[in-house]
Amino acid sequence: MSAPAENLGLRHWLESDAPASRRQAVMGNLWRGLLAILTNPAALVGLIIIGFLIFVAMAAPLLAFGHSPYDQDLAHRLAPPDAVHWFGTDELGRDIYGRVIYGARVTLTIVVLVSVVVAPIGLAVGTFAGFLGGAVDVVLMRITDIFLAFPRLVLALAFAAALGPGIENAVIAISLTAWPPYARIARAETATIAKSDFISAVRLQGASTPRILLKHIVPLCLSSVIVRLTLDMAGIILTAAGLGFLGLGAQPPTAEWGAMVSAGREVILDQWWVATVPGIAIFIVSLGFNLLGDGLRDVFDPKASS
Amino acid sequence: MASMITVEDLRVTFTSAGRPFRAVDGVSFAVEKGETFGIVGESGSGKSTILKAIAGLIPFEAGKLELAGERVTEARSRPQRRLLQYVFQDPYGSLHPRQTVDDALREPLLVQGLPRADETIAAALSDVGLELKHRFRYPHQLSGGQRQRVAIARALILEPPILLLDEPTSALDVSVQAEILNLLAALRKARGTTSILVSHDLAVVAHLCEHVAVMRGGKLVEILSTPALREGRVQRPYTRQLVAASEGYAQQS
Amino acid sequence: MSALLEVEKLNVIFPGRGGETRAVRDVSFTLGRERLGIVGESGSGKSTTGRAILGLLPHSTRITADKLMLAGQDLRHLSEPEWRKLRGRRISMVMQDPKYSLNPVKSVGWQIEEPLRLHLRITSAEAKKRALTMLEAVQIRDPELVYQLYPHQLSGGMGQRVMIAMMLITEPDLLIADEPTSALDVTVQNEVLRILDRLVRERGMGLIFISHNLTIVSSFCDRVLVMYGGKVMEECLASELTKAKHPYTRALIASVPLLNQPRAKLATVTRDPAWLA
Repeated sequence: MSAPAENLGLRHWLESDAPASRRQAVMGNLWRGLLAILTNPAALVGLIIIGFLIFVAMAAPLLAFGHSPYDQDLAHRLAPPDAVHWFGTDELGRDIYGRVIYGARVTLTIVVLVSVVVAPIGLAVGTFAGFLGGAVDVVLMRITDIFLAFPRLVLALAFAAALGPGIENAVIAISLTAWPPYARIARAETATIAKSDFISAVRLQGASTPRILLKHIVPLCLSSVIVRLTLDMAGIILTAAGLGFLGLGAQPPTAEWGAMVSAGREVILDQWWVATVPGIAIFIVSLGFNLLGDGLRDVFDPKASS
Repeated sequence: MASMITVEDLRVTFTSAGRPFRAVDGVSFAVEKGETFGIVGESGSGKSTILKAIAGLIPFEAGKLELAGERVTEARSRPQRRLLQYVFQDPYGSLHPRQTVDDALREPLLVQGLPRADETIAAALSDVGLELKHRFRYPHQLSGGQRQRVAIARALILEPPILLLDEPTSALDVSVQAEILNLLAALRKARGTTSILVSHDLAVVAHLCEHVAVMRGGKLVEILSTPALREGRVQRPYTRQLVAASEGYAQQS
Repeated sequence: MSALLEVEKLNVIFPGRGGETRAVRDVSFTLGRERLGIVGESGSGKSTTGRAILGLLPHSTRITADKLMLAGQDLRHLSEPEWRKLRGRRISMVMQDPKYSLNPVKSVGWQIEEPLRLHLRITSAEAKKRALTMLEAVQIRDPELVYQLYPHQLSGGMGQRVMIAMMLITEPDLLIADEPTSALDVTVQNEVLRILDRLVRERGMGLIFISHNLTIVSSFCDRVLVMYGGKVMEECLASELTKAKHPYTRALIASVPLLNQPRAKLATVTRDPAWLA
């Protein structure tokens, strides 16, 4: 075993069964979670793909190797993949490779923004409804039902059309349609958790309802919400792509994978690479999130929540 | 001298399948300061329900419910919460799975705004026989007996004058039960807490309590002193049945 | 008295992520037509021993024994079809909570008749007759009515009696009862024990009574096996339990609070690692 001494020491510190500080306990827990994820094949593959996506998005300028997503070269429009343009060029002569690389940023932005909006809203609505019950529960859940009654893409379309084109509006439109399932999940979990003795204990200590919800109940709902989010990501990307496809969402000349597929639709028979390459990118990223979600669910579920 | 806990005509009604059901039907008793009062009964007798009502965890009606001389209803103010604490039956369900022992003990101090949390927590841990190495563990890293110790520490950290114990050892192995019962006896002696202990086990109740109330079907059957119970000076046939049953199986001749 | 069940050096090993667990270690005992109590705390291996005798452990478990015989039949390496012929016919098991051990979607009558249907050639009329007789034998006051009920309509005590009826209807040689009264109220426990007592005596069966409750085991059984950490610490007559020799047994007895013996402090068990050597 030629592992450096510091690594052995760190691992021992993380796996200690007698943590000496809160930080050590939390880090140890995260470490165990990470190990569980890394040993789950689905989660690992998903994590690698997503990691790759994040890497590409962050290092886009470097990875583009000088291929700008915006430079037009009308003399070489719709050129097939070759040594200069690795994935060919689109209808305006722009390099597809560069556009796909920069498109990762747009995709990642949309996915992160939607998550950041949808999870807190869903959790807030769901935990209040589940904990307080009664009239609050009824009102909140009926509002949720109203949003749920519409088909996602149609509702997103309606909002996007009403708000106007652009990525920010697309994010808002998608968020408005994506939050209800999280409220439902949070409410169901909260209703069960609220009956637990440890919640009664905290009530007996005099904790206020917001404190109980935020500090004690939300952490327990998080795993379900995270799993659902990762599984939803694929749908969010596809909705964004759909909006882009329809001309809402990202506007030209921004490189967005959905918009790229849309533009390449007209020449798909002869110049297949224009639509196919961004399409493959959408597929791979959706698959990555799906796998990660499946793996996370396996990791969170069998964990004995004793 | 007023009792520490006065319960007069306590009634708790649940709705089951659309119909009202009296879980506790007009129960009255009083507990003196420093005393440990036992409530014994079989399942469905209402013994745990009485405890939950006194703690204000469920709605109830009563002629009178007084804690430390103060009349209380179901709604309790934050300062009133310091009067009374609770130890639950299931050591596996009474601790938050994502919080360390330190978190669990710190929370009541934070909620009540008490200072010097670190020292208080360290003292609470040693009072219940836990070591420093347990302080930052999560519940799943503790045994049943250790979790129950944490639950007891958590209940006592606010130094309540009243402690309610709901079958605190029923889910534990016999040897662990002995340790916890010894701990409870020692803590009672050191702090002079007034307690109500609920159990289905007569021997456990007799071990810790001075008086025992027998419950059946929501009604109070009788209240007797522990010496009377041990000597068999019981008045009601049901109590006699319970005593006989607790002595094990009698082979028919 | 010839031995009904012979167990010699039974070992049960569970595979696990972090290594193997030896749940049962070198357990040996014989059982005649008598009552043997196996007492221990959680993790002592008592339930696992019972399940090993019935072949009810998961396939990934490693079970080895020098001898594991039921009335001359070797129980080691039986195939699943061979086990099925034995279970419910020659060996039966009564478990702790009828809420979980009775099938919630089948009527009481159907469940009691099931072992008969599986093991004997019998008409449904005859099966019903025997089921009703069995319900009477477990002191159910209105057998015709209970025959038609479903498990959720039964009280704990009744459910356990139904379970006993179901398990004894084929007149097995050996009954293994795993905490049969632990989920019951104390006044009901004795009723159920009385029924078990009579039936076991009348049919001349062997009974293995697994429990964590020393008081019940010592008053109900003839002999007692005390287990700890998968090993047998002590084997003695139930009547002589108070004169037990092993420190674990003595400590266990001393740690139980008794109604008629007040004690200021209960003895606690100081676990000696030498016991598990």
